[in-house]
Formats: sequence, structure tokens, C-alpha cells
Amino acid sequence: GGGAGSAARCCWHCRSVSLCEPGGGSRSVGAAAAAIVMNKDLRRERDSASFNPELLTHLLDGGAERTRRRREIEALVLNNPDFQHEDLNFLSRSQRYEEAIRKSALMVVKLREYGIADPDEIYWFKSSIHRGRPEPLDLHLGMFLPTLLTQATLEQQDRFFMPAWNLEIIGTYAQTEMGHGTHLRGLETTATYDPATQEFILNSPTVTSIKWWPGGLGKTSNHAIVLAQLYTQGQCKGLHAFIVPIRQLGTHDPLPGITVGDIGPKFGYDEMDNGYLKMDNFRIPRDNMLMKYAKVEPDGTYVKPLSDKLTYGTMVFIRSHIVGDSARSLSRACTIAIRYSSVRHQSELKPGEPEPQILDYQTQQYKLFPLLATAYAFHFVGAYMKQTYHRITGDINQGDLSELPELHALTAGLKAFTSWTANAGIEECRMACGGHGYSRCSGLPDIYVTFTPSCTYEGENTVMMLQTARFLIKSYTQVSSGQLVSGMVSYLNDLSGQHIQPQQVAARPTTVHINDPASLVEAYKLRASRLVEAAAKNLQAELNRRKSQEDAWNRTSVDLVRASEAHCHYVVVKLFTTQLSEINDAAVHAVMNNLCLLYALYGISKHTGDFLQAGILTDAQVTQVYQRVKELLAAIRPNAVALVDAFDFHDNHLGSVLGRYDGNIYENMFEWAKKSPLNKTEVHESFHKHLKPMQSKL
Amino acid sequence: MPMHSPAMLQCLGCKHYQGFQQSQMAQWNRSGYFRSSGSRDVNPDLEAERQTASFSVERLTTILDGGADNTRTRRAVEAVIHSDPGFSRENQYFQSQNERYEEAVRKAVLLKEKMHQMGWTEDGPETKYCYRALGGDLAFNVHRVFKNSILALGTDEQIAKWIPLADEYHIIGTYAQTELGHGTFLRGLETTAVFDISTQEFTLNTPKISAMKWWPGDMGRSATHAVVFAQLYIKGKCYGLHAFILQIRSLRDHSPAPGVIVGDIGPKMNFEHIDNGYLMLQNINIPRENMLSRFSQVLPDGTYVKRGSDQINYLTMIVTRVQMLWNEVIPMLLKACTIAIRYSAVRRQSKLNPGDPEAKILEYQTQQQKLLPLLATAYAFHFMNAYVNEFYNKGYTEIKQGNFDSLPELHALTSGLKAIITDYCTGGAEVCLRACGGHGYSALSGLPFLYTKLPASCTYEGENTVLFLQTARFLVKCLATVHSGQPIPPSAAYLSSVDSGKCQAWTKMDFLKPDIYAEAYRHRATRLLGNAATKLQTLVQSGAEQYEAWNKCTVQLVQAAKAHCYYIVVKNFIDTVEKLRNEAEIQKIVKHLCDLFALHGIFSNTGDFLHDGYMSGDQMDMVTASYLDLLAVIRNDAVPLVDAFDFTDENLNSALGSYDGHVYQRLYEWAQKSPTNQQVSQAYASYLKPLFQSALSKL
Repeated sequence: GGGAGSAARCCWHCRSVSLCEPGGGSRSVGAAAAAIVMNKDLRRERDSASFNPELLTHLLDGGAERTRRRREIEALVLNNPDFQHEDLNFLSRSQRYEEAIRKSALMVVKLREYGIADPDEIYWFKSSIHRGRPEPLDLHLGMFLPTLLTQATLEQQDRFFMPAWNLEIIGTYAQTEMGHGTHLRGLETTATYDPATQEFILNSPTVTSIKWWPGGLGKTSNHAIVLAQLYTQGQCKGLHAFIVPIRQLGTHDPLPGITVGDIGPKFGYDEMDNGYLKMDNFRIPRDNMLMKYAKVEPDGTYVKPLSDKLTYGTMVFIRSHIVGDSARSLSRACTIAIRYSSVRHQSELKPGEPEPQILDYQTQQYKLFPLLATAYAFHFVGAYMKQTYHRITGDINQGDLSELPELHALTAGLKAFTSWTANAGIEECRMACGGHGYSRCSGLPDIYVTFTPSCTYEGENTVMMLQTARFLIKSYTQVSSGQLVSGMVSYLNDLSGQHIQPQQVAARPTTVHINDPASLVEAYKLRASRLVEAAAKNLQAELNRRKSQEDAWNRTSVDLVRASEAHCHYVVVKLFTTQLSEINDAAVHAVMNNLCLLYALYGISKHTGDFLQAGILTDAQVTQVYQRVKELLAAIRPNAVALVDAFDFHDNHLGSVLGRYDGNIYENMFEWAKKSPLNKTEVHESFHKHLKPMQSKL
Repeated sequence: MPMHSPAMLQCLGCKHYQGFQQSQMAQWNRSGYFRSSGSRDVNPDLEAERQTASFSVERLTTILDGGADNTRTRRAVEAVIHSDPGFSRENQYFQSQNERYEEAVRKAVLLKEKMHQMGWTEDGPETKYCYRALGGDLAFNVHRVFKNSILALGTDEQIAKWIPLADEYHIIGTYAQTELGHGTFLRGLETTAVFDISTQEFTLNTPKISAMKWWPGDMGRSATHAVVFAQLYIKGKCYGLHAFILQIRSLRDHSPAPGVIVGDIGPKMNFEHIDNGYLMLQNINIPRENMLSRFSQVLPDGTYVKRGSDQINYLTMIVTRVQMLWNEVIPMLLKACTIAIRYSAVRRQSKLNPGDPEAKILEYQTQQQKLLPLLATAYAFHFMNAYVNEFYNKGYTEIKQGNFDSLPELHALTSGLKAIITDYCTGGAEVCLRACGGHGYSALSGLPFLYTKLPASCTYEGENTVLFLQTARFLVKCLATVHSGQPIPPSAAYLSSVDSGKCQAWTKMDFLKPDIYAEAYRHRATRLLGNAATKLQTLVQSGAEQYEAWNKCTVQLVQAAKAHCYYIVVKNFIDTVEKLRNEAEIQKIVKHLCDLFALHGIFSNTGDFLHDGYMSGDQMDMVTASYLDLLAVIRNDAVPLVDAFDFTDENLNSALGSYDGHVYQRLYEWAQKSPTNQQVSQAYASYLKPLFQSALSKL
């Protein structure tokens, strides 16, 4: 029964009906009146759903209580007029930055006022305020403060942490340089210790060494944690972190010796003042080096850290967060595209009949439903990553690092796999909305530009895939030498001692059942193991031909990336399938089973070559897979809107006219357009400046 | 959605120009204008790439331009445009929507004066080069569509009345077809034009919100007039869509005409310089003469007269598509490749061998795999131009003579090519953006601009999925013709040929033979179309209605249409290579590109070729091996191959892609000019200062 669910949702969405505009700024009465009447197509879609979406929302949130609490926290934002503002699409970059800063400052105050301290709850609060966008304090909260906690001595924490907590100090994390991102050892910034004054002298010796990109650096921060090559007693001791004041307290002017500014406009990230930082013989006291692990004594003696693996933790955490973000961003895009596709009517299917909803076209379903399935799949992967992270970091704190390499390999690959897929998927959703998808009122360009950079930051995706590949090859080598491996790569054990040739694999009896998710997991497993083996053999062949390990690796890297992708794809199918067994409600289970099948079979249909070449599937089965995919599209069609409703995005957070819960798109597009800056005056000034003079001249 | 139409609809026969002023061109010799930044020395990493080129870049440039004369003209135009600071695009990335629009209007007016001054005419060869030099950053592109629709649909009197006014910009026109609720399905448009015999006028209305005209370029702020498409009603009977000219703004003070509500549709993903608009009409009366009446007319007594065939309309649509591809879409992929490949030869990151300096990122196989197939694609698409032009010119002549036989094929071919080219160019620009690491995301790389602009082309002038299905419909008909033994249109003639059903390659070298891969593509196209058609037939025979069966096969039909288009592009690339037989060095490198393009397509879709056993697993391994070998070969000429596109720095407008390769210096200097560094923000004083004050005493 969808009845109860509908009521609950309706309540939730109508509660702040006056804010239901994209950007959510003005509380227009007109919109409120319109919002009461739900578009009839959407109403019909919702009424005919075969399951209660509320139950699915609970599943995604991790329990009914968490759903309740999330909505409660989001309501704190929605009901506070100070968090509202004009539609950001109509503001300049400077104005958007200013709005973001205003909200961020208020956010910190409110977090304390409401006593919100749980990391998930902070996340809900923050993403509701900033509507999924980055903000200038991201690096302060996400990097500066945590780095102080993990790498500063107690004395340093006394000096810096509380002022930073109270935003008297706002800091950023300056690692990337203009010439260096991926290859950290190549960073050029130097910190040279001067025992005479007990100071470090910081320098950006070349143009390429200028710090470039750190968020919040351009305009906001007055401090930065700077990563630099440490020189003491004439020797380079590698990268270390230093707390560097960059702007004058009181005036906010750059300190002498510091050149700092904004790096200019970007693809998205308009709210963020990504910055540059150049240092010329800038001196900081010795105790501004973060010295919980490595130390420099007053006389310049360098004391080595005990373990350098601990910094993995932050990296793993942020990357696994990107996996969840992939799911959320793709879910938002799917919500918009699927709601719009059930409201938009175009052309004719049957001559003489009214124009159908575009969601009834097979090609439209084929674009959107596999993405919907992917969004769900990634949600479950994100939840798994989070659990695993907490489980393993628990172990790390007790000193057990044995699972760290696998966790690191898994997060790297899944970060790349999910962000690549989600990125392409968001764009596909936008394209599926035709011309209106291109308008910023659709919200889709914004989701896209906000999400895309995650393919690059926190580890460039191709580099991430190759890190996973390194782990896979290492595991394969272990298996080849007779050792067993565990965890997600344990399927490689099956290769042990069998020396399977591809032909032999092909000769194996085919046992894949295309309607059984568990059997499809096996198929993906076989594909991954075949591609890992192929990459390993090609690597070996290159090694036999050439001397250099690195050269051979480079010449095999296309194969290696393919192997990693296959491994990640297997992990996702496996986790989605595992999730099915945890769903108790029969109606929800049925619809999720279809989505899971669609995810797995669509993936096969897009990589049939791998499955055919390895003899995992026959020609006839591949034909069946294509057919089954299309049947599943038809099966999912009646539940499509309910499935996106279950993501439970508030209109305010979606920021899309096309994706509005009530489906009243056309009148609201018109309302939105009227607020465009070009419409501020009835006659644009360029008429008087350029058009009129020309017309009189000619 | 005619958002813009670059130098569009100026006759396709641009390539036939002869009369340009050679003497004037001569003074702009290559060394004279050669890149504004030519005075700087070139980054040694880029210099090294250029010294090892296996062919003459200049020679390839002239081939790409279609002859040395064209290259000369193009450079002359670029020199004129770039030497006028009024056309500078340096601040483009820093400007607001309002500023961008104003700049576009200013530049359009300036260009008009400049062309007048230089003696360039609108249908002359220089126009498209002006457009190229300015990166399309001009207003009044849809004004051209407005004019062309009058030329195509208007009577001689109507043309005589309106065109001179439009030519001189005394009026600015727009082309109002797309509505809020309707784009693809033209018959569904809801705007009405009702004829009133007593007043001899049409009354135009947009009766509901979804009927509002939405998207037309130049409409939001500029246009004084519009060609409006509306359902014609006479005495209560609907006669379908017709075009009407109406005035929407005052020529005196530019205010909207009574009954007209007009404005800008708000910010988009790009095209900020274009004032895409909305238009609501409430009982607007226009005289009977304002219906464009070349093909149909309403007589004073309300009699509706239809004369001749308006099929020629299709031709307008086809020309628009074709021009958009070669003047707008494909050049953007060429630019993206230029930027990403030059940057990859300058950017060094990580080490390939311990002890060596950090390697150019172009040395990494994964980077080559991202960029070099795109470079090959850029060449493949560029070379399609000649083929389509030839096809078009032949068809155009026939159609002018009243023979419409080639129209369906011309339509199918250009629809499919439009879809596949815009799809690949859009995807390609994004790959280029992401292949440039963090700096690709900076607006100053030029890549966000290219990437956000390109995807619009997947929608306007025909939504790609719809276009693929149109091509598929044509192909299904051709297949039926094959079965009935009738002659088949040339572009689909291959459907009647028979292959052995097995790929004939024995070694990886065999896959460098055009016959081998052409055959593979032909086999795939034939098989996928055959499967889709069989499915369609089976469904119909089992009792499904035709429309229902069609919808159930559309996913397969789109795949078949794509395979067809891909085959056409591969085949044309092969033919182009053959025609270069007198250019040994160039033929060699272009052949490599052709091989790479073909093998990349197989490598990326292995299942299509393995399914049904056309290729074996061993053969697929050979494809992969040959494909990877080619990456390493083409890598050596990658920079010369993008140099040959001969984009000026002003044209690229990119800190990463400039000819001299001084990437970091340019990025740093340019960023400092950002308004965020030049203007005072209130953020500090209002929000940050109060927070920081309390730290003063403690630190």
C-alpha cells in the first residue's frame, strides 16, 4: 500500500511549501498556491506505485529513526529565514561567495546552538544549508581542524584549536601546487630551518611551486596548513606540514612576504574561493611545524616519525565519502529527470492519441532506469564503505593495520568507478531533459559542475584505478606463488594452481542464470578474475621483453585500468545483491530485485565483449540479456516516480524547476525566468548603447 | 531550439569562392601575424615535440583548410580581427550574463562595421572565418535564421520588403518555433493564428502557458521582429503550421508591442552571450500580408491556397544542421584536443623511471588512450565535411530542379551524422577537460567553456535520439528494398552486400588493413539493422500494432543507426587516406589516425564484433595489441597534429593550450586579473571581520 507513504511524503513536502522554488529564496505566494495542486500525471504515478516509498527511504537512511532525525534537522534550516536567499543562478560569483560565507558563519553558530555534534547530523545540516554545494569553510572544517587534531602536539592544539573552532582562525590546507598534484614527492615549496632564530623560512621558489586550488584560500582564510619540503642541517627531510598565518588579523591584508588571491572562475564551484599562495622568505616560529610525529629540535636535529601509514586514514575517509556523494548526486539528477519525464508530453506513440509522457518511450527508459538502478547500487556501496571504514579504523586505533592495504585499494578504485559513472549519468539525465535540461532552472547543470571535479580531486581517477590495479596484481602474484588472499579479492584464489587458459575457461560449462542475482555475481566475478589474469600476464610479457618495471607497468596500464574497473563492477553488483537479503518488506524487495537485476544485466549488455570472450556467456545468452533488460525497463516503469520519491530530496535541496515534487513545471519556469538579471529592466541598456546608435548610423 | 546559428545558412558553397582579394591577403604572411605571443620563446618541451614531426604541419594545415588559398584568407581574417582590441576575449570568462550579452551585441555591431570597411560581404568566404576567429561570441545569429526563413518561405514581395531592412539591422529578427511545451513534435505546437475575414487580419495568441515561445535566440532582449510559427485557423478549421512575421518591440524605444510579453529565459549552462527568450502573444493582430506565402496563401475571402511543394523546407533544416557541424561543433572538439594535447606535453607529473625527471603526462599510456583516439576522431569528423558537401550539392541541384528523390537519403544521412558527431564531440570535450587534471576545471583553461557549450548541440536542431530514429526508419525502409531486389540509395548500398561471416584477419598486422576493419564495421551495421528489423517484423506478425512494435524496438534501432553512421565515418576516412596518395608523409600519419579511429571503435565495443562469432577472442586480442601499438606511434606526432589545426591563441583563449606552452606563467598572470582579486568583497567586512577581531588579543 502506497497510501500511508504518500501521506507522509506529502506532509513532509508541503510543510514548507512556500520554499518550494529552486534556490528556495523568495516565499512567493503564487508558488504556494500552485504547490497545493499536484500535477495529475505525477499524482497518477504515485498512486499506482506497488510499494511504500517511505519504507525504502528508511532503508536508505539506515532506519526510520534516522529518517525522522534527518528531516528534523533539515527542517531547522528550511524554517529559518536567515538561511534563505535569492536564487543563486541569478547572482555573480562574488555574490554567491558572499552568500555562502554568510550562511557558513551562521551555520557554525547554529550548530552549537542546536547542539548538533554527530558527524552524520552535521553533514545533514550542512548539506541542507548549502544544498549540496561546496562552501568556503569546507577546508577549514574538513581538513584544517582534523589535521590539527591528528597531527598537532597538545601545546599546538592549545594555541590553535580553540580559536579555529571559534572561527577566530579560519584555515585551509595548502598541498597542491600549480605544477604538482598527483605526485606529492614532487612538491617544490620549501621550509628551511634557521637555528639562529629558531624559525622556518618558507619559500615558493618557482612559478610552478605556487600553491594553487586550496578552497577557502583565495579570500577567506587567515591561516593555512602548508605542505613543504623540510630542509634542516642542509638536508631535505621530505614533506611536512606547517601552520602558516597568511593574513593580518584586523585588516585581513596579506602579511608581508605573502602573495595570496583567488584563482579565478571555474567549472562550477562558484561559492568557493579556491586560491593561490606564494611565499617569499616568510618566517614562522619553529613550533608552527606540526610535530606530533616528526620533530625538528631547536638545534635543527630532525626526529623521524614512528609510522607514516596513519595519514592513510583521512584519505580513505574522504574517498569513501565521495562514493556516497556519487550516489547522492546521481539520485538528485535521476529525481529531476524522471519526474520531468513523467510530466513532459511529446510526439505521438499511437496515431490519433494524445501525446504520451516521454517516460513511456523505450529509449527514454533505457537512458534513465539503468541510472536509477546505479544510484541505488551506489547508495549501498557508500553505506558499506562507511561501515568498513569505521570497523577497520577501530582496528587501526588498536594497532591492527592488516586490512589497511585492501581498504585503501578498495576506496581508491570505488571512488574512481562511482564518480566516473555518476558523472556520466548526471550528464545523461540532463540530456534526457532535452532543451530545458540545458537551462539552469533545471538544476542539472549545477549538479553536474558541482560533482564533476570529484573525478579529479582527492586522487585523479585514472591514478586511483591504477592503485587498485597494483593491489590486484600483488594479490594475483601471491595466489600464483601458492598463498591465499582474503576479502573482496578472494575470488583470485580460484585461479590458484589451475593455470587456467582462456580457452579452458571458455570450455567450462556455462551455468549463468540471468534471472538470478547471485548467479550474475558469479559471472562478474569470473570476468574480473579473467581480466586481472590477462593484465597480469601482459605485464609479465612486457617485463620479459624489457628491463624496467615502470616501463612495463606503463605499457600495461590500459589493461590494468580495465581489470580494476571489472573488479569494482563486481564489488558493486555483489554489494547490491547482498543488500537484497536484508529487505523484509515483500513489495520493496520485489522492486529492488528488479533494480538489482537491471543494474547487473545492463552492465553485462554494455560489456558483452568481456563476457563473450571469456566464455562466461554464450551468444544466445547475450541476446537474452538484451531482451531481459528491455523487459525490466517495462517492469520498473510503473514504480519509477515512487523510486525517486524515496530518495526524499526536498525541493529546496533539489533546486530544480523540472524536478519539483508537485510537477507544476511550466508556470514555474516562467516565474523563474522573469527574475533573470537580463529582465531587470524592460529595455536592456545595450539597446541604447549599441543598437540605437548603429541603426541611426546605417 | 534555434539557440544560435553560426554563420549559418550562408550558402554551403562557400568552398567555391574565388573572388577574394589576393593582394590584400598577401601582406598578412605567416610570420607577420604569427600568434600574438610569438615574441616569447617556446617552452622547450613543446619545441622538442615540434622538431620531431614526421610531416609538414603547414602542408597538412592547407589540406585541412581545403587549399592554400583558404588558409591565406583565413589567416588574413584572423589577423584583422585579432589586431582590433574591440574583439578581445580576454575578459570573457570573468563576465556576468549581462556583460556577456552586451559584449556580444557590441561585437556584432563592430563586426558589421569592420566587414563593411574591409569590403567583406556576408556571403563571402571571410564570414565563416570571422566567426571562427571570434569563437562564435556574437549576437544576431538567429537574426540570420530569421532572414533565411523569409528567403525560403516568403514571396518575392515579402522578400523585397523585409530583407533590406534586416540586412542593414534596421530591424532585428528572431525565429520563434519552439514552445515551452513543444520542441521535437512540431505538429503539437499550440500558438494559434486565426484569420478574420472582416478585418483581413490574423490574430495571434499563445493560449496557454505551455504555448509560450521559449528558447529562440536574440529574442530575449534584442529582436524587434519575429517569424512566428502558429497553427493557422480559417473559419474554425485548422490548416496546420504556418509562419508569420510580426513586430514584437517598438522601433522607437524598444518597448514591447501591446499584447506582447517578451523577455529572457534566464541563465543556461552556457550561451550566456545569447538572449534566448520567451514570447507570449495576446490577441496580436497582423495584416494578411504578414503570413509567409511562397507555398501557401490565405486569400481575402478566406480561401486557403497551397502551391508547390514545401519539401524544400527540409533543405533549410538540413543546411542548418550541416553548417552547425562544421562551423561550430567539430571545431570545438579540435580546440579541446589542441589544448589538452599541448598541455599534456608541457605538464610533467610523477616518474616513469626512478632517477629520471618527472615524465610528460603524454608519455603515460592511459593519457594517450584518452586523448589520441579523440584526435583521430577530430580528423575523422573533419574529413566527413567534403563527403557531406558533395552529397549535399548534388542533392541540392536535383531538388532545385524539382526532383526530390534524394531528399530522404540526404535527410537520413545528415540526421544520423549530426547525432553521432555532436555526441562524440560533447563526450570528447569532457574527456579533454578531465584529462587536464585540476587545471582543466579552471575557466582559464578554456575547456569548461567548450564543454558546457557543446552539449547544447545534442539537443538543438534535432534531439539526437530522435534523429537516430529517423535514420533508422530510413534504413529499415532500405532493407525492405534490398529484400525486394530494388536499387538502394548509395549510402545504404552496402546492406545488399554479403560477407563471409568471419573476420579474415590472421595477425595483428592484418588489423591495420582498411579492408579488414571496414568489413568488420559493415558486418556489424548490417547485423544490428537486420536484428532490429527482424524483431520489428516478428512483433508485428505476432499481433502488435506498428507503433507499439516500433517503440519496443527503438533501443535496438538506435544502436543500428549508430553502427551505420560509424561505418560511414570509417569508410569516408579510408577514402580520404586513399586520396592523399600524392602526399606520402601526410598520408602515412593520416592512415595511422584512420587505423586508430577504426580500432578504437572495435576495442570499445568488443561485444558487437564478438557476438555471432564474426571475430574470435584471439582476433580481439590482436585488435587490442594493434590499437595499443598505434597509441605509441601517434604519440610522436601528437603536437604537430594539433598544430596543424592552426588555431590562434586568441581563438583558443586558453592558458593551457597556448602555442608557446608557457602554461603556468599565463595561468598565474591571468588569474590575478579576475574580478575576485580586483574588486573588494563585502564578505570580509560583513562576516569575517567580526569573527577575527576576537583572535587579535590571543595571537
